[in-house]
Amino acid sequence: MRSFAYARPLTVMAAVQALADASPHARIIAGGTTLYDLMKLNIEAPQALVDVSRLGELTTFDTSGTRELVFGAMARMSDIAADRTLQTDYPALAESLWLAASPQVRNMATVGGNLLQRTRCAYFRGGAPYPCNKRQPGSGCAAIGGLDRSHAILGTSTSCVAVYPGDWAVALAAFDAQLDTVSPRGERTIPIDELHREPGETPHLETILKPDELIVRIRVPVTVAGRASTYHKIRDRASYAFALASAAVALRVDGDTVREARIALGGVATRPWRARDAERALMGGALTEGSARAAGELAFTAARTGQYNRFKVELGARTIAEALMIAKGRAKTS
Amino acid sequence: MNRNELQEVVTPAQSILVSTRPGEQSAGAPGSSGLSIDIVVNRQRRQLDVDPRASLLDLVRDHLHLMGTKKGCDHGQCGACTVHLDGRRVVSCLMLALQADGREVTTIEGLAGPNGSLHVMQQAFIDHDALQCGYCTPGQIMSAVACVREGHANSVAGIREYMSGNLCRCGAYVGIVAAIQDAAPRMQGAEP
Ligand SMILES: Cc1cc2nc3c(=O)[nH]c(=O)nc-3n(C[C@H](O)[C@H](O)[C@H](O)COP(=O)(O)OP(=O)(O)OC[C@H]3O[C@@H](n4cnc5c(N)ncnc54)[C@H](O)[C@@H]3O)c2cc1C
Ligand code: FES
Ligand code: FES
Repeated sequence: MRSFAYARPLTVMAAVQALADASPHARIIAGGTTLYDLMKLNIEAPQALVDVSRLGELTTFDTSGTRELVFGAMARMSDIAADRTLQTDYPALAESLWLAASPQVRNMATVGGNLLQRTRCAYFRGGAPYPCNKRQPGSGCAAIGGLDRSHAILGTSTSCVAVYPGDWAVALAAFDAQLDTVSPRGERTIPIDELHREPGETPHLETILKPDELIVRIRVPVTVAGRASTYHKIRDRASYAFALASAAVALRVDGDTVREARIALGGVATRPWRARDAERALMGGALTEGSARAAGELAFTAARTGQYNRFKVELGARTIAEALMIAKGRAKTS
Repeated sequence: MNRNELQEVVTPAQSILVSTRPGEQSAGAPGSSGLSIDIVVNRQRRQLDVDPRASLLDLVRDHLHLMGTKKGCDHGQCGACTVHLDGRRVVSCLMLALQADGREVTTIEGLAGPNGSLHVMQQAFIDHDALQCGYCTPGQIMSAVACVREGHANSVAGIREYMSGNLCRCGAYVGIVAAIQDAAPRMQGAEP
């Protein structure tokens, strides 16, 4: 591992200053569970780290607001997952956190850093001799035509089929969350839907964030659909694994009629994936096993499969259908 | 010493700590380029110089020679390196030693009573044969103690879910779950 300069600002202002001083070679480190991991693999080799994990003003969160939920970017996954209000009023958000990683990692990882975790593609992480356009732009993609069982079937390109592995960003996408950022150039707000990029010809560019841009908080607009929501995560084992397919679903129903449907997918796409066609198909109709299944299938009409991941079309459709029925059940009881 | 006393002993880093020596290629031993940290390990305050690249796990094993904490994967996946940081379980391999500055660490060596008496959970692991080779055991026990304190050990399903971050290649899982089930009520009685 290459050595690096290290700064640990204690206020957001000091952090912005540290980023301005060190830019463009500095990287932000929060919980470190993605960045330090990849530094050990020599996939990331920052010359300087700005450690934002002690920005106390960003570790708090508030789920009691009447207009929005607010999560400081430095809040830990485990603390938010344990929030009672979130568990009852937005189960999809709470589940996306406690079904992720391990208890130890959730105690370390921040909900800001979580959004920017990098793919678990074995060719990306494995390094030489395998080419990877994300790791080394222009080198090629070993996953295309290779062992692609865990890879994406939505949003892929001829340069990259790596899955976006996270859960929390998928749940946030279903709820139209917004991110507030600050950089030496000022502040801005980014809708979660615009944060991540599809790989296209430039798979190494994963988000629209600038290297010196700090996410300070995540805001989720309040919605009654939160109560009738779920994060349904299908894995190779019962616990502690990344999603093979997942669906964040939130519903507003009136009797049997769907008034609002929010569906976002994980484990199947190159970025958090909003299934808007499936949402539209459900609007105004009755939610039944049949219509849920049809919506699930609709979400994958544009799927491009490789050698070993064809099963994700069926698995993904079923995951959506099951998630819709779970959410419907919660609408009844709430 | 209780938590509050420890908070007073530890001075949180108020100043910005900056190393200005980036770009070295050598993978020197921890401690070679010397950033200073102040840390409490197993109730003892330590001031140490660390290589910025060193993990908390490297610090515990290579600097402090506390060999109970194990390195399995070095990538946060197996849980063998689990320690408590300010009372919460973390994987020490995925944390920069620098990030533990000003904080309190407990390793498996710090779990036994001052007179060397085993922690309830340690005894339960022995009683239930909750190990074979023993490599994962310090991490399992640190995780198990945290699991009980978090309130996640009230059912077999809860124990299995909240112990899933600790892998055991020998497959001693049945014994591990039994040990935690046995120790949990007794720990709840014995701890504040
Ligand atoms: C064994 C293991 C299993 C896992 N399983 C899952 C899983 O099942 N589901 C899941 O969703 N995740 C999983 N993860 C990923 C984990 O959730 C992420 O590593 C973690 O959330 C990243 O947060 P962090 O604070 O540690 O980020 P860091 O590693 O500190 O940072 C990650 C990236 O974000 C940048 N960054 C961090 N904070 C900010 C900020 N505030 N503003 C701008 N940029 C920032 C950093 O520069 C870096 O590029 C797993 C991780 C491990 C190690
Ligand atoms: S050595 Fe830290 S989790 Fe495996
Ligand atoms: S006892 Fe051998 S790995 Fe768990």
